Amino acid sequence: MNQQPQNDLTRQGVVLTTVEDLYNWGRKNSLWPLQFGLACCAIEMIAASMARFDIARFGAEVFRPSPRQADLMIVSGTITKKMAPQVVRLFNQMPEPKYVIAMGSCAISGGPFRDGYNVLQGIDLYLPVDIYIPGCPPRPEALLEGLIHLQQKIAGQRLTGPERPRHLDANAPGEFPVPEFGPHDLVGPRLHEDA
Amino acid sequence: MIAPPGIQAPAAVDSISHDLLEVAMGPHHPSTHGVFRMNVVLDGETVVKLTPVFGYLHRNHEKIAEKNSYLASIPYTDRLDYICSMTNNWAYVLSVEKLTGLAVPERAEYIRVIVAELTRLFNHACLAGFLLQDMGALGTPMMYAFREREKILDLFESLTGSRMMCNYMRFGGCRCDLTAGWLEQAATVVAGFDSFLDHFEALLNGNEILCARSQGVGVLPAGLAVNAGVTGPGLRASGVNYDIRKVDQYGIYNRFKFRVPLGRCGDVFDRYMMRILEMRESLKILGQALHDIPAGAIIDPKAKLRNLRPKPGEAYGRIESPKGELGFYLISDGGSAPYRYRVRPPSLINLTVLEDMCLGHAIADVVIILGSIDIVLGEVDR
Amino acid sequence: MQTPEQIKDRILAAFPDAQVEVIPNGSPASQPSLLLAPTQARQIAKFLRDDPALRFDYASNATGVDWPEKTVKEKVKRKKVVDGVENETEELVERKTPAFLEAVYHLYSMALGRGPLVIRLRTANRADNAALPSLTPIWRSCEFQEREIFDLFGIFFQGHPDLRRILMWDNFVDHPMRKDYVPADAAEVLP
Repeated sequence: MNQQPQNDLTRQGVVLTTVEDLYNWGRKNSLWPLQFGLACCAIEMIAASMARFDIARFGAEVFRPSPRQADLMIVSGTITKKMAPQVVRLFNQMPEPKYVIAMGSCAISGGPFRDGYNVLQGIDLYLPVDIYIPGCPPRPEALLEGLIHLQQKIAGQRLTGPERPRHLDANAPGEFPVPEFGPHDLVGPRLHEDA
Repeated sequence: MIAPPGIQAPAAVDSISHDLLEVAMGPHHPSTHGVFRMNVVLDGETVVKLTPVFGYLHRNHEKIAEKNSYLASIPYTDRLDYICSMTNNWAYVLSVEKLTGLAVPERAEYIRVIVAELTRLFNHACLAGFLLQDMGALGTPMMYAFREREKILDLFESLTGSRMMCNYMRFGGCRCDLTAGWLEQAATVVAGFDSFLDHFEALLNGNEILCARSQGVGVLPAGLAVNAGVTGPGLRASGVNYDIRKVDQYGIYNRFKFRVPLGRCGDVFDRYMMRILEMRESLKILGQALHDIPAGAIIDPKAKLRNLRPKPGEAYGRIESPKGELGFYLISDGGSAPYRYRVRPPSLINLTVLEDMCLGHAIADVVIILGSIDIVLGEVDR
Repeated sequence: MQTPEQIKDRILAAFPDAQVEVIPNGSPASQPSLLLAPTQARQIAKFLRDDPALRFDYASNATGVDWPEKTVKEKVKRKKVVDGVENETEELVERKTPAFLEAVYHLYSMALGRGPLVIRLRTANRADNAALPSLTPIWRSCEFQEREIFDLFGIFFQGHPDLRRILMWDNFVDHPMRKDYVPADAAEVLP
């Protein structure tokens, strides 16, 4: 929408917007993260929610322990193969619209522990990741910047058309396949093969 | 429901049949200790059996260390007990110094003591915050504790470049010297910590919810604590006087005057008070160290760091980390990577007695008892 | 502080037919260890814990080490008869070191403030006879650590109250810390 007439009207006390902008504005400013810390990055996530960095400014201070009440999963820390089925199951239990931030190099690609027999080389092998935040661990400011990028991404989502988000697309997958424990490794389909 | 082996299924009372309920607490759980799982069997609300399940953060640190050089393993030690990276570094470099016989200059020893005690300060403060959060004080003590932690992390960042994963110690010394003004800033932080502790204690120690929920809960007898290998504040809360800083006197701890607080009955309240009292003793050590630190080199310029190949042999070095006895057992076969690299994790071994402490208590107490043990999953699972 | 040799003498005084050997340590740490035979290990461990002069009441660390078979070339002096003349020559001889798994325990005495005493137990081989007596009935701190050695190395501890995998999932079949373990996804990891 053209901003100039909008601003003039707002100064007069009349707010004009579109359904899309209003819907996205409500969603992006009240992202409730899942209280889900795996490893070291979780401590920086906690520090981001503390008084100095204050994630509450962005509407995201309500960390919900239950996946049914959360809409953002910040995967912070190394995902081991033993934990991977639980992570995917938790994501499946979250109601749409839901987002994933891969925080830290372990969640992006396995990190310093990549060549380990129990380490999953990145959560994007099983979950669709929206934002990647590199770092080991990323500073709380980096997490806040990732959150702002996610908010901008949500603000720019068109609700109709081929680029509409997953929850408005009847053909998009509702649940993601959960890996299972095999005798030597995890078994189960992946979203894509590790490059 | 069929009772698990070894458990007596409860008898029917007044023709109401009872069942045992098995609950899996974790690995995703609101208590802020990481991916830890406990399979708890309950009779109503009382814990009848508790089986911990580990391995959700097993990152095969020991296997990776067998491929890396000795120097390359130092950043991995940061990520063991990820809240206290400096003490992890120290335990590892101490073991390598025992393996190779390297000497450490005096200024480096003082710096090591200063950063280790600063680490102990914020670890214990954060533990008090997490424990109170588990009890229901959602956030406020933690906010105060993290505020102090941020001040100390600023010190670490100006010294090492990183807030958490400091990667600071080296074999035979430290990586880089203190910057100008660092000692004054550290002295300011230490001076302000006393009043923070007074404030913290005034708000918390007499709080009736804290006292009601923690006194008499999770008692750990001294004999069991010693036999089960419990170390650190949990052991001293049961009345056993064993602090590795006093027993082994590693580094230059024999130069500092400080006391070792001991508890009386080993319940959750004693373990909480241990942390508060140990913070006061750490402040004393810091005051002395910041005053007495000499000028000089922080590492021998000829000390070999890269491509270190110790002679074949083995060594076990340990320190008193904020969680307990953190030890590293290294076997060298003359190569550039250790033949065997083992971390003795205090958090895992302190959990040996988790079931003993929780039996007979309500399930709500399990969270408190776990919180008082002070575990970090990076160390439990490695 | 008592040396391992003195402790060995004390053990032999209590158990005259015990097989105890002092293994030297090449590093400056000078922590030589005592190698105990598996059959007597539990009795000797109880003696180490309860004897009033030793009182090793705290087992700090229990870990496993994998020693696969290695071919070692050594120079050996041999006397040879060549053309009727006896010569002493040096020959390069190949020898295979035995393959075994080892459990190493570090013991301290909290009561007397002493330690560490390092004791070692060795299995007969790395294949079908990798069993050792569990020291968990003596020192409860070995409970989780012996489970970890079982999980990652494959040593079966007889007498352990609850021997099952601790870090890997239950239907995992390999023992990852062995030297010859190849991870299933080794090809995926970039060099």
